[in-house]
Parts: sequence; C-alpha cells; structure tokens
Amino acid sequence: MQSHVFEGGFSDLPVEASHAFRAVMTTMARPGEIASVSGARPPAPMSVAAGVVLLTLCDSETPIYLAPSHDMPQVRDWITFHTGAPFTSAQRAAFALGVWNDLPISDFPVGTAEYPDRSTTVIVERQTLSNTGAVLNGPGIKDHAQLSLPETETFQTNTELFPLGLDFIFTCNDRLAALPRTTRVR
Amino acid sequence: MSDYNFAYLDEQTKRMIRRAILKGLAIPGYQVPFASREMPMPYGWGTGGVQVSAAVLTPDDTFKVIDQGADDTTNAVSIRRFFQKTAGVAITEATSKASVIQTRHRIPEENLRADQILVYQVPIPEPLRFLEPSEVETRKMHALEEYGLMHVKLYEDISQHGDIATAYAYPVKVEGRYVMDPSPIPKFDNPKLEMAGIQLFGAGREQRIYAIPPYTQVVSLDFDDYPFQPTKADHACDLCAAEDSYLDELIVDDEGGRMFMCSDTDYCANRRKQGHVGAQGVPYAEDQA
Amino acid sequence: MYVAVKGGERAIDNAHAWLAEERRGDVAVPELSVAQIREQLALAVNRVMAEGSLYDPDLAALAIKQARGDLIEAIFLIRAYRTTLPRFGGSNPIETEDMTCDRRVSATFKDAPGGQILGPTFDYTHRLIDFKLAADGDVGTAPASTPSPIATPHIMSFLDREDLIQKEPAGADIPDDLTRTPLELPANRALRLQSLARGDEGFLLGLAYSTQRGYARNHAFVAELRIGAVAVEMDIPELGFAIEVGEITVTECETVNQFQGSKSQPPQFTRGYGLVFGMTERKAISMALVDRALRWKELGEDNVGAPAQDEEFVLYHSDNIQATGFLEHIKLPHYVDFQSELELIRKLRSEAQENINREVSE
Repeated sequence: MQSHVFEGGFSDLPVEASHAFRAVMTTMARPGEIASVSGARPPAPMSVAAGVVLLTLCDSETPIYLAPSHDMPQVRDWITFHTGAPFTSAQRAAFALGVWNDLPISDFPVGTAEYPDRSTTVIVERQTLSNTGAVLNGPGIKDHAQLSLPETETFQTNTELFPLGLDFIFTCNDRLAALPRTTRVR
Repeated sequence: MSDYNFAYLDEQTKRMIRRAILKGLAIPGYQVPFASREMPMPYGWGTGGVQVSAAVLTPDDTFKVIDQGADDTTNAVSIRRFFQKTAGVAITEATSKASVIQTRHRIPEENLRADQILVYQVPIPEPLRFLEPSEVETRKMHALEEYGLMHVKLYEDISQHGDIATAYAYPVKVEGRYVMDPSPIPKFDNPKLEMAGIQLFGAGREQRIYAIPPYTQVVSLDFDDYPFQPTKADHACDLCAAEDSYLDELIVDDEGGRMFMCSDTDYCANRRKQGHVGAQGVPYAEDQA
Repeated sequence: MYVAVKGGERAIDNAHAWLAEERRGDVAVPELSVAQIREQLALAVNRVMAEGSLYDPDLAALAIKQARGDLIEAIFLIRAYRTTLPRFGGSNPIETEDMTCDRRVSATFKDAPGGQILGPTFDYTHRLIDFKLAADGDVGTAPASTPSPIATPHIMSFLDREDLIQKEPAGADIPDDLTRTPLELPANRALRLQSLARGDEGFLLGLAYSTQRGYARNHAFVAELRIGAVAVEMDIPELGFAIEVGEITVTECETVNQFQGSKSQPPQFTRGYGLVFGMTERKAISMALVDRALRWKELGEDNVGAPAQDEEFVLYHSDNIQATGFLEHIKLPHYVDFQSELELIRKLRSEAQENINREVSE
C-alpha cells in the first residue's frame, strides 16, 4: 500500500459525516437538487463527492461493486482503508460505483416485494452535472425539476419497478445529486 | 460538550441509520427495518425519533423538541437536554427558527419550510398492526398491496357508529402505494403531511424508519360518501383567540368547567405577542415576568 | 384569567434531586457499598448481568445500587451502557464440558461420570425466615474439596452415543447478532436462543410453565443442569492461536423431551437448551422449555396455537426493557390524541342521541 492510501479521509469524522449526510439526504429527498460536499480526497478517478458518499455511508456491512472504470488498486486500497467495506459482484452490491457505461444496471438487486429497501444504491460518476436536460417529477419535487442524466430510458424502466428499484447518486467533482426510484423522468 | 461521540451514537450506528433514512426517502411510506440501539432512555419514549435526530443533526443545527405540541412538556425537555449535552446544538422553541424539529403527536401549526426537517417519534409504525398482530402477515399485505382489511375496518366503523371512528393515527396512503401510520397525530394534522419539509419517522422499539419526501402525495383513507374530515374542538383558543389551531381541553374548576388553548405553545405565544387575546387570556407581556 | 402552566425543566431537576435523596434513604443507616451488593446480593447481580447481556459483576452491582434495587431498571442501565462499548471481536464458543462445576444435577440418571453435585442451592432449604440473619453474625465455613481436574462429560453425550437423541444440525459459523441486526422472521434457532437468553425471567417462567400445563405440552426431563466457571477464549489473528481473555460463570440446562419418529426414522428423544450468565437456574430451565416448544416446526410437530410455540409472540414480547418502556410510556402526556377521541365520542354520541330522539318523535 502506498502512503497516500492513508490520506484523504475525513479529518473530523462525526462532524464532516454529519454535513455530508445532510447533503446526500437533502438531494435524495429533492431529486434534481445539486449540493456541494467536502472532506474527502480520494485517488483518481474517484471524485471528491463519490469519496464523501462512501465515507459517509459505507462500512464493513455494505458490500461495494466497482465498475471497471473504478476497479483499480489505488481505489480499492483507499476504500478498504477508510471504510472497511468489502468488494463484491454486482448481484450482491449494497453500493456500486462507476461511470455510466461501465455499470451493469440490470445486474443490481432491486429489492424484494417484502423488502424493497434491499436494493443497490448506484453512485454514477459524471463529467458534468447541471439542472438541464431530463425533466423530473414525483415525490420531493414541487412542480418539476431538471437534471443532466446520462439517458432517460433506464430510469423510466427503473421507475416502473416501484416500489422495487435502484436509487442513484450522481457525482461530479465536489457536487452531487440524486434520483430515487420514485422520480418520473422524461 | 461531553465525552460522548457527537450526538451520542457511534459512527457505525449512524451510518446504518443514515442508510435506512435514504431508503425510506426513496420508498415513501415503506417501513425500513433498522437495528435500533438501546438508548439511555426508555423504549416508547422517543428512542426512534432520538436515533433519527442523532443521525441527521449537524453542529450547525437549531433544534426544537415538542411533545403534544408543547416545548415545555417533561419528555420534550428531557430529549432537548439530551441533545444539548451530547451534540451541543443550538436549541429554540420558535418553530420558524428550528432547522430540525423532533415531535411527538403533533405537526406544528406554522407551515414548515423546505429547509426544515420534522422527525416523528413513532410508537407502533405498522398501520395494520391492530387488525393483524403478526408482523409476518402484515409484511405480506404491504408486499401485495393488500389493504382490504383496513377498508373493512373503516367500513365497519361507519356501519356501527355512522362515522369513521379513528381520531388520531389516522391511516394514510403515500404516493398511491403504501398505507402508512402517521404516528398518533390527531387527524386534524393529516392534511399537513403534504409539506415542503422533509418528514422522517423513527420507531425504536419496533426497529423501523420511514419517510415522506417533500411534496409527496399523502391521502387520508376514506370513502366517497364518507370523506375524510380533519376535526378539532369547536372553540377558539381561550388564550390567543386562534380559530384555526388544534386545541387542548383543560378542566379549570371543581364543577368541571372547561377552557381551550392551543396545543402548539409557540404558535399561541406568537399570536399573543402580535396582540391577539382570547376570552380568558391576558395581554402577552403580563405573564412573562 | 388564565396563565399557562410551565415548569417542565424545573420539575425534572427537582424530581432528580428528590430521587437521589430517596435512593440514599436514612443517612443514619450506613450506605451500601458496591462490593456488598456484588457479594451478598449475587443472584440479583446475576440476573442483571444475564438480562443486561453484559458480564460485569461490579457494574451490575452498581446498577442495582443506582436503581434502588429495581432490577429491570438496573438491566436497563446496563443495556444502555453496553451499546456504547466498542467491539473488539467475538469469542470462541465456550466449552461447557470443561466447566468447573459448582453444581451439576441430572434428573435422568441416578449417577454418571462426574457425579451429582448439589452445590449451593436453595432446593432443600426449608423456607423459614432465618431471624439470625437480622443480626450480624458470622457464618461457619462450608466443607470444601478440590475440584476434579477431569472434564465433566455432558449427560446428553451418553444418549447421543446410542443415537437416542436427535442430532443438532450445525448452524452458521458466526450467528447473527440480535443487537446489531433487526430481527427478521422466521428467526433461526441461534437468534431465538439469543433472544431467550436475555429475555425477562418472569415472562419465560410463565411461558415455560404454560407448556408444562398443556399449552404445547412436551414433557421435559432435566438431563442436566450445570453451573460453574468456564474460560472465555478469543482468537488473536496476530498470534495465530486463541488466548484466554477471562472466566465467566454460566448456568446450562439441557432437557430431554418426548420423542419423535417417522417411517424413515426410528423414534428419538428431542432436546431443549438453556444457557444463561451467572447462577440463574430458574431462567435456564425456563429457556430450555421455551426453546423446545418453539422447535415444533423443525421437529414436525403440530402447532396447537400455544403461546410458547408462537415465535413471533415469544420473541417480540420477551424483552423486558422493550416491554417496560412501552408499557410505562402510557403515563406520558397523551392530551392530543385523547382530545381527538373526546371530540369524536361527543360527536358520535350526539348523532346517536339525535337518531334516538327522531325515532321517538316519529
């Protein structure tokens, strides 16, 4: 392990994690809203925001799937050191991380009828993130919102699975937005 | 501050609760199981709400706690002190100044804003529990969206009493899918469940967390010929003269004489500050010495 | 004119101050030390450790002192403290066969290797109040002998050798932890046993008794009840072997119950199991009976609808901290929901009265 693996975590875990969670929670509650986060300095190609999300939500109880775009030693080592989360296949992932085209969306668990919460939260690394493009409505959105999604069809299919389905967090540098399964996309 | 971790819970526990909150928001009205911890206060006294608040609070928050709408009830005082001690957060009794509000049995009268979070303490999260005691069975019913039992119950009420005989913890359907218990708020508060703020529900003993994101559709169950009606005592507040607030009834003399006052103490105080005086009230300044 | 009642903060402070005073009682009477409680109220300490799920006699004794002798309150203090403790790892399973037995009785065999050891039991005391204890007094010393260095085999192992007792399937290597994962039903036996081990003694006693009286009757013989100290070992990965980290006293009860058989399998006895921290034999026996009753499905028995057979009923109601919290919460203010009921019942009554009046006038 290289020494930088030990760096880039939260310096004041309880406080930084509390702010980070509020950002994640607010964006999950208000799909389309974009929030800035800070505190993590993960190795490339991980964004600051993706690092913050993992530090805030992941530990030994949450198996992580890394898409090929992120499945590399420095990323694995950093996640292992800072979260203790085990790595797993897409089929068993509590969290998944990668760029859109590398994520095997149809392989992730979408929950069961009795436990729809047992589904993957997918962290999608984006080059850009803005309130343009796809039009969103549903819970958390007053009239409608807009978010620059990588596509629309996958999310439309996902919404049809409700109450099952995947929940997405989009990360770009130090910013993030979320798209739960309830959001209707057009 | 104290020797405890920020907001008492260890970070692993907070992560577990935070993950449950996110899934709750993603599946509005669905009860997410979580490994509730044994808190230093009794089950049934807000351990679920306390754990949710502990997972949500940041040091920058301003925290308000109400029980029965009032900030000064003993259990509200106790919970507020707990977070003053373990999280060092600012506290307030003013609804408009609070960023996180923990509540038992009421939704504040004042409309909550988008930047406010309401955390409910929930005793029995399962709306079907009193009709079917088995968790295995009720979980199946939710999975199959089989809510016939609930409609039968409401219908039987009507045939027996001529009305739906549920006055609090009145069941709602969230976003057209899950039937949810809004906690034992009076049905007067049900229309406020559609709001701009984020609503989180914590049931510690029963190990469930659920949520309603802002602007989510929340419909109180009813029938076309017996539409849902939010009700309150047919009086004005005797202290501030408000006619639109939920009222507590007080017995004031040996003859059983009654008076009514706002259950939301902050709302009542604000109205009195603005000069409203009820039938038995005194101007605001006189009792603040 | 009415001025709203306030004063929750002051009421709490005053109540706590008064409580502290009451806890101490008459200051002319010497204060109890934690060591006195630990040594002289050891069975109370044991119950608090068992249901508090934390083996620490000094802490349990302190909790009893703080709780003014209310054991459920003391258990609550221990539980709340326990949750905050960091976890370094899990111990290896304890080997009760290697126990240094203070007590070991079998109701199924008159004698067996290791012998019957009556131990320090109330069993054959006449329950006559001993007024000598009211005065200070020295006790004589009990006769002593050296503990046997040889392991005491389980009585069950003799039945096992003959294939007379049902085999236990090996469970998952590391069972789930009831205090770290939400209970999901149906629960496996490891989780049920965890729940029973920390469940309320009185509740389990009542359930166990109900099975004896015919609510899922399954006559139990106490094959063995043993109480004594066992070593707790933990694997240390850095060392590559296990080291002893301490010693705890436990009570273990194994029951032999009515047999089952089928066309493919000759009849065999079945078993119930109880294991509890400390010297807690009433609880351990109750646990074994309830464990056995809960096993009806895996043993191919009928569900007769008895409470002790209903896993959900037993597991959701055996925890006295959950139960007492929820029970006692009804003394908290419920003005708001009661008010909504008041309005409703007044409305329903006035409508009903109108109907009656109308019918009378018609």
